[in-house]
Amino acid sequence: MEMQKLYLLVPMAPLVGAMIAGLFCRVIPRWLAHTATIAGVAIAFIASIVIFKDVQAGHTYNGAVYTWLTSGDYQFEVGFLIDTLTTTMMLVVTFVSLMVHIYTIGYMQEDPGYNRFFSYISLFTFSMLMLVMSNNFMQLFFGWEAVGLVSYLLIGFWYTRPTAIFANMKAFLVNRVGDFGFILGIGLVLAYCGSLDYATVFQKAPSLADTTINLFAGRDWATVSLMTATCICLFIGAMGKSAQVPLHVWLPDSMEGPTPISALIHAATMVTAGIFMVARMSPLFELSTTALSFVIVIGAITALFMGFLGVIQNDIKRVVAYSTLSQLGYMTVALGASAYSVAIFHLMTHAFFKALLFLGAGSVIIGMHHDQDIRNMGGLRKYMPITWITSLIGSLALIGTPFLSGFYSKDSIIEAAQIAYEHGQPGAAFAYYAVLAGVFITAFYSFRMYFLVFHGEERFGKVDDAHHHEHHGDHDDEESSHDHHHGLAPGQKPHETPWVVTLPLVLLAIPSLLIGFFAIEPMLYGDYFKGVIFVNAEAHPAMEHLAEEFHGAAAMGMHALTSLPFILALAGVVLSWFFYMKRPDIPAAIQRRFSAVQTLLENKYYFDKFNELVFAGGARLLGKVLWRGGDVAIIDGLIVNGSARVVGWISSITRLFQTGYVYHYAFTMIIGIFVLMTLWINRA
Amino acid sequence: MSNYPLLSLAIWIPILAGLVVLATGGDRNAPLARIFSLVGAVAAFLITLPLWAGFDVANGGMQFVELSSWIPRFHINYHLGVDGISMLFVILNAFITIIVVAAGWEVIQNKVAQYNAAFLIMSGLMNGIFTSLDGVLFYVFFEASLIPLYLIIGVWGGPKRVYAAFKFFLYTLFGSLLFLLALMYLFFQSGGSFSILEWHKLPIALGPQIWLFLAFLIAFAVKVPMWPVHTWLPDAHVEAPTGGSIVLAAIALKLGAYGFLRFSLPILPDASHELSGLVLGLSLVAIIYISFVALVQEDMKKLVAYSSIAHMGFVTLGFFMFSAMGIEGALVQMVSHGFVSGAMFFCIGVMYDRVHSRQIADYGGVVNTMPKFAALFMLFSMANAGLPATSGFVGEFMVILGAVKFNFWVAFGAATSMVVGAAYTLWMYKRVIFGDVANHHVAELSDINLREFAILGVLAIATLWMGLHPQPFTEVMHASVNDLLRHVAISKIQ
Repeated sequence: MEMQKLYLLVPMAPLVGAMIAGLFCRVIPRWLAHTATIAGVAIAFIASIVIFKDVQAGHTYNGAVYTWLTSGDYQFEVGFLIDTLTTTMMLVVTFVSLMVHIYTIGYMQEDPGYNRFFSYISLFTFSMLMLVMSNNFMQLFFGWEAVGLVSYLLIGFWYTRPTAIFANMKAFLVNRVGDFGFILGIGLVLAYCGSLDYATVFQKAPSLADTTINLFAGRDWATVSLMTATCICLFIGAMGKSAQVPLHVWLPDSMEGPTPISALIHAATMVTAGIFMVARMSPLFELSTTALSFVIVIGAITALFMGFLGVIQNDIKRVVAYSTLSQLGYMTVALGASAYSVAIFHLMTHAFFKALLFLGAGSVIIGMHHDQDIRNMGGLRKYMPITWITSLIGSLALIGTPFLSGFYSKDSIIEAAQIAYEHGQPGAAFAYYAVLAGVFITAFYSFRMYFLVFHGEERFGKVDDAHHHEHHGDHDDEESSHDHHHGLAPGQKPHETPWVVTLPLVLLAIPSLLIGFFAIEPMLYGDYFKGVIFVNAEAHPAMEHLAEEFHGAAAMGMHALTSLPFILALAGVVLSWFFYMKRPDIPAAIQRRFSAVQTLLENKYYFDKFNELVFAGGARLLGKVLWRGGDVAIIDGLIVNGSARVVGWISSITRLFQTGYVYHYAFTMIIGIFVLMTLWINRA
Repeated sequence: MSNYPLLSLAIWIPILAGLVVLATGGDRNAPLARIFSLVGAVAAFLITLPLWAGFDVANGGMQFVELSSWIPRFHINYHLGVDGISMLFVILNAFITIIVVAAGWEVIQNKVAQYNAAFLIMSGLMNGIFTSLDGVLFYVFFEASLIPLYLIIGVWGGPKRVYAAFKFFLYTLFGSLLFLLALMYLFFQSGGSFSILEWHKLPIALGPQIWLFLAFLIAFAVKVPMWPVHTWLPDAHVEAPTGGSIVLAAIALKLGAYGFLRFSLPILPDASHELSGLVLGLSLVAIIYISFVALVQEDMKKLVAYSSIAHMGFVTLGFFMFSAMGIEGALVQMVSHGFVSGAMFFCIGVMYDRVHSRQIADYGGVVNTMPKFAALFMLFSMANAGLPATSGFVGEFMVILGAVKFNFWVAFGAATSMVVGAAYTLWMYKRVIFGDVANHHVAELSDINLREFAILGVLAIATLWMGLHPQPFTEVMHASVNDLLRHVAISKIQ
């Protein structure tokens, strides 16, 4: 009983904080807004630790809070499922959220929307917790859409900026495209399992493994496996939320929002909701190798091709954003290889080091007085030592340096993809080479940014304020991503940020360094996820083989020093050092030489232009045609007003008979009587 | 409690109040007229609450029944009653009447007594529609309710009000005549009864069922409105005063949909099954076609009017899947649409009162000058886009999920509204609310006053309540919907 109250406290505490800061944002002082929300999130974090301990002791929970709706034979409840997967997510979400809350005090101190911002991020924390703690699909969808709403509000936080309000609408709509698939998937689950409760569905699912549905009545070719259809529909939802190609287009633009939320929402937590969801649904996905192959291919495409885009970005936040896209692709590859626990493991380590990198980038942005162009930076390590060291740790973790957290999770993903490939899973071969190549790319763009920002010549404070994106063609990039459109004045030096900013950096750097080493054994090879994540080891042996090859975290780190991924990462770092520190003329020459590739990358493979032209433009055109052509011309013009005109025409003729002369009427009456009498006589 | 004739009171209190208000005369007594109207509306609302409190959720039949003879020669009775399908609409109607009276408080300065009286009388007549169990009584209320709405648009409307009022009146009258013919047929077929409940049991051959169904379909489709007989609605909305739009969207559109459940489905079960494909097709057209049309509207009221049509598409879609989820989802959607579209029209009215334009292009950056309004408008926009935790989600969710079981592609079509519905709503919101202050009109805007805040606040609470805990709303429907489904499943062909 006590624990159930504690479960409820976890999402409710941030909600109360959000309501205090939000409903009274115009009357309460700033300190109250941040104290209330930080207290709420801190309570949630502490409660999460207690619950984590309790679950470790074996007390899982699955129960309803209240009945949301009943209809027919169906019952929908709001309830909690508390197991190790949930508590892992709860800890990650509340910890990163707490760090971001503290950081925000420093980052947003000059912003007039201070209270509103705190309200939003606490509301986000509530929504995300409802999502991960759910024990059913309905509530999952509730949290899913609610985090989307807060993301929408936060991307458009600076609502007077055209780019921001374009980006937030784009983010919401692209996510809705994913949700379109997601709700159909949920519908299939309900139609065939008769419930949206996880436990019931997972119990029922194996008996439906061989069920097929026919999409067009009576056509054999349209018969598909129910589980494949369901899982692909659900995964389309994940593609929207976790920004997988081709629904990734909203994430880079989401950098329009303030940096703290880029860290919290668009790197560490919300975008990983899709990964979490697929891991949660492992009993369903395990029933369809086809769906898993779909997942692994999409993930591999995202991991590799979004990495390439990171190489040419000059906006510090966008580099990190593309790296996030690429890492989400890695997680998706792990899911596709049935290594769900590895995906969750990478989700966790990534949450720490990517939040660290984003907050570090934000710290640099503050130090640079809101200039975000890395070409204007350089040599910052002298002026911002804490930011420098922590960012270095984050970058090293990201590229998979042995013994750091990112190494353990990323290396496991590569090995899982390799095993899936060797086992002959369709698409896994491509995925394996993609994630392998991705290692080199990741190291290259990460250290390109690192060197350009923290080392080399000091390029800031130049008279010519060069942060106009003259190289960017399309409109939504122009002037984008600048929190406040100014930079350092000539001669001005960057400065280290206050402790509220650097403390979260340090606190995030610690798990970025260590958590992989300590967590890999229990999370991947222990009983941590037993009974939570389901793997059909016969069909998808990745985890089983990984476990056989695993001989402790230390051995894994030692062994990696001679492995291919490490060499690739090292090569990436060395090459970026050579290119950007020693011979900056070489990348410039390459750009000139391969200008077609450069153009392709600058236009982000033309996804945005295509969507803008085909989907947005097409929808508007269709609307115009249906409205002007259908409603106005045909229905109103032809039928409604047409029939009115016909009536008018007929009456204009009949009006001729109404002359007003008595003798006309008398005459007509006489004719009428004659006609009637004739008829009567004839009939008689 | 049930000893009182609650339903009669729900009908006649607002009508009497309307007459009293009318008696206050010219605009010299406008303050008095307003106060009388508000008192009357609140009293009428309070009298409907015992309907919910005293409602027996286990009973699928008619409750609070009143029966007395009216025109004995033709067996026409004054026969009232509510079941789980109609009860919520009586309360919603009474609730919306308060909102409407409050919405016109400072805005309407011309013929105040007549304006308020029209709304009160209409409210009573609409309650009559929802509670009538006698065909003729239903028809009388059905037709009589047209008159106040016609006057509201025709007298207090915009520049093209006469065209809009005529279009509205003729469109609906056209449907009504076919409806009257159908009633006559049923009267003779049943051997001289106008009792709707008797008709539910009346065996009818398939041929006549089809004809009757088509007559009902046209009558009700005009009211819903369904594509392609919907074009009166955008015009009527654009020309109507804010209060008129609220009632039109929140209540008047529900009459047609209610007719399907009271007449078409139970009286003509075989024809309903036979022609369900037609209705489903038209519903999907309403959802998809109309959503795209809404996307390109330049007038906010037209946009929300089109979005109403699309939302009502979910209602008719839900009805004709013949499942509990479908019908209950549709009913939830009807109630929710009352809150949400009412609020959307009120929001547009708030801006119109200040700027005197409904064109999206005349706005931009409203959030800078009206932050409180922007926050509430955001809530209702999101509800209009079907965001979970708002009432707008519940009905769509139920209908889409019900549709997956019925036919995957029907669900696929319906679910497109998740994308397009969000697109038209948020695109409008972006252009109107976000951005820099667009012009001096926007710069001079003052944020909502206490009256406007109270109206939007009450609607916001209703929207969130129904989104977070819809169970009390659906609980009352179960027994009646199950009865209806059992009834529809039994063939009447002998």
